[in-house]
Order: sequence, then C-alpha cells, then structure tokens
Amino acid sequence: MPTEVVWMMKVVRGFYSVAHAVKLCRPNVICAYPITPQTEIVENIAEMYANGEFENCRYITAESEFAAASILVGASAAGARTFTATCSQGLILMSEVLFNAAGMRLPIVLVNTNRALSAPLSIWNDLQDSMALRDAGIIQLYVENNQEAHDAIPQAYKIAENRKVLLPFMVCMDGFKLTHAYEPVDLLDQSLVDNFLPPYKPEAYLTTKKPLAFGCYAPPHVYMEFRVAMQNAMERAKSVMRDVFREWAEVSGRNWGGHLEVVHPDAKFFVVSMGSIVGLLRKVVEELRKEGIDVGLIKLRTFRPFPAEDLRKELSSAEKIIVLDRSISLGYEGNLSIELKSALYGFSAEIISMVIGLGGRDIPKEFLKDLIKNAILGKEGSGFKGVKEFEEVIP
Amino acid sequence: MKLKINLGAISEPLQSENFKTGDWGTEWAQVDKEKCTACRICEQFCPEGCIEVKELGDEKFAVVDYNYCKGCGVCASVCPQEAIKMETKEIFKFDAY
Repeated sequence: MPTEVVWMMKVVRGFYSVAHAVKLCRPNVICAYPITPQTEIVENIAEMYANGEFENCRYITAESEFAAASILVGASAAGARTFTATCSQGLILMSEVLFNAAGMRLPIVLVNTNRALSAPLSIWNDLQDSMALRDAGIIQLYVENNQEAHDAIPQAYKIAENRKVLLPFMVCMDGFKLTHAYEPVDLLDQSLVDNFLPPYKPEAYLTTKKPLAFGCYAPPHVYMEFRVAMQNAMERAKSVMRDVFREWAEVSGRNWGGHLEVVHPDAKFFVVSMGSIVGLLRKVVEELRKEGIDVGLIKLRTFRPFPAEDLRKELSSAEKIIVLDRSISLGYEGNLSIELKSALYGFSAEIISMVIGLGGRDIPKEFLKDLIKNAILGKEGSGFKGVKEFEEVIP
Repeated sequence: MKLKINLGAISEPLQSENFKTGDWGTEWAQVDKEKCTACRICEQFCPEGCIEVKELGDEKFAVVDYNYCKGCGVCASVCPQEAIKMETKEIFKFDAY
C-alpha cells in the first residue's frame, strides 16, 4: 500500500457513496426511474445535478426503467458516458434494452441494488434480480460493502470503456443491507479519479456528420459471429479487469483482490459466496477456525465473466465446498452453485449447495455458523435453509 | 477471405438495402393498372415504403417493389378502387386433401 495515500473517512449511507463516485466519473447522461431500494442513489445524484455539481451532463427523468435504459442506449451510442441505477422489477423491465445495449457494445454503467423479484411482492434483499440478467452479456461485479461499491464505479467505467471490452457493466450491491447502511467511506477526490479514468472517446458514435445505425439486422449467415465476438470480449474482460483492479489498488491504496478474494487459501473446507454476506462470513470463519475447524472463505467478486480458472486454482485441494446462494434457478438449485459445480467439473470435492436469505430473510451469525459447521461435519446437506415448515392451501 | 463484422453490429446508411426481404411473405400484392387511379393512398400506408406510383410511358399506376414487399396486405385493404389483390405465391399453393 502506498503510504502517500491519505484516506478521508466520512460516515455516509450506501446511496451517497455511489452517488459521489458517479459524480467523480463525470458522466454526460444520467437517466433513471426510482425504485426501492435504489431511490436515494438517483435522488442524491439529482440533488447534486440541481446544485450544478455536474459539468457537461444531462440528468433525464424517465417514465419507466425501460425508457431509462432506452435513453441511455441512445446517449451511449452518441458517445456519452452514461449512468443508471435500478433493481428488481426495474432491472427486468430494462432487460430487453440491456440485452440490446450489450449487443451494440455500449459501455453503460449501472448499479443494481439487489432486491427480490415478484410475486409475491418483496422490496427486500436477495440476488435473484441480477441473476436473471446472467446471460445478457453484461459484466457483473458483486460488492461487499459501501467502500467497495464506491470504488467499483470508476473501475467499472474504465473496464467497460476499454476497447478490448465495450460491454455494459453492472455493479451489484445488496439492497438495504448496503444501500441504507451507514458506513465509514473514504470519499475520493476529483483529481484521483481524473488521473485514473480518462474521458470516454468512442471510435464510432452517432453524429449527423457520419450517419450510422447500431445493432443492425443479422441473418443466420452472420448472427453467430456477433455472439462469438461478445463472448471473446467477455473473455478479454477477465484480464482487463485484473489489470484495472491492480491499478486501483495502487492509486487508492485499497486492494479488493482480483475476481476472487481468498481468505485462508490453504484451508481444507471452503465457504463460497458473494455480496454483503461475505462481511459476516469473515467473522464466522474466524470463529470456526478458533474451534479448530480448518475452513476458508472465497468471496466471489466477478460473476460475469465467470472466473472459472481462478476458482479451479484456489479450490484444487479443497475437500468440501459450501456454496451459500441468495437466489435460486427455480427447477434446479442456487445460481452460484450451478456455476461453481460446472467450473469444478472433474474435481472430487463435495459441493454443498445452500439457499438462504431469500426476500430479505434474516441470516443471523449463529445460524450461519451452525449451518457451516454442520455441513463440514456431514450433518447438513444441500437445500433451502432457514425455512419454516409450511403447507400450501387454497383460500 | 475473413468475414468482417462491425463492432456492435454498427452499420453505415442504406446497408439494409442489401438484405432483400421480399421472400418472407406468403402473398404478394398485384396491382390492376386498369383500375388504379394513381391516388397514392397505398404509398402512404405501406409500412415498408415499397409501393410507389410511377409513370411508365403515358400510364401512371402503383408499382410494387417485390424485393421488399412482405405481403402484409395493407395496400390492398386501403385501396379505394380495389385495384390491389393479394395473391398467394406459387410455392405456397398446395392441394388440400
């Protein structure tokens, strides 16, 4: 860590940490539609905008998330650096547009404040919404705390706008658990971000001087090549991201790791999860280690592109892996479990897939500790955990 | 030769003209030039912009661009003279059992 970096910690809510970072990235067009628990991100940005804190920027209020994403597709195609934030129903309403944004290779950056999906209506937290966008061609980064969310924004722009990548970037932060939480955050200053993040200069963009059309028609003889090009961009994003993460660690003095962060890499047993739950898991793992259980922790940061090679390397000698999912592919199992099992194909490690905390269901520390301990001892298997016995009846 | 694809499927103007879509439909519009009064209503309603009133010699009537006509039948339904008929293409004609 460079010693000359001075951190100025301020106690702010997750909303503000994101809004502040967005402002420092000098976006040209911001467009959003409010939805709980994202609302105060865009409220904070709107207030900064109204106070004249944004230069060369337009804040556009949209009539829906679909419109917000559509406006950003146009703005991004015209060469603007763009930002939006949403979650849950808003994200899936955007999805038609976001698949297009990825295909048009527009580096739109959005923050998803993870929230459960309807029905039944729930405003509380799980990861089901962003999982629904898994196959969209959007980079997905999950953050553990509000400092990481804050730091993720400039990095997101730098990665998404890289000529080798050019894909939308979604920073996923847990709704309520992070957005509404007060945490001490080192709010960066403008010069640091200006030095780190160059202005966005697209090589092709909409202008009357040279008319272009984006995302045009591709019949069967050429469509597949476009999808392969997107897959190649995702693959290249893996190394671009590693470089940007490293550079960020140097300039900010905060190293969030690569695609993964591994705690106790030589452990026999591993817990794998992502998002804010990792903060709690760090403590649980330390407590279990004090009880003599050789357990380590993997925090998965990048979900798309999926860092399969990194996971294979880190988990090559693991005996048992416990995956904690806060989303489920209904009809199969937890989303992260599915990915991890696929990545570790051929390994002998036992993988226990647990789905917890859906729709904001509380995940107390002791509950988590018992789950992990019992799974390691072979007394707890895969499935939903923390669920009451119930019966479905017709009213 | 390597296939060249544009990043983000970005294309320059009028590239779409290269994609002939006239074979998509099962029907096509046939103009009866005796009945046609060249009123241009079909021109305004065609969603593909592929019917146009033309002057050929001393005659003036609607001409369909079969490179792009998808056989939607809008022109036939708006024609006040009933001068446009939708006809099933030969390849889609078959005998019912």
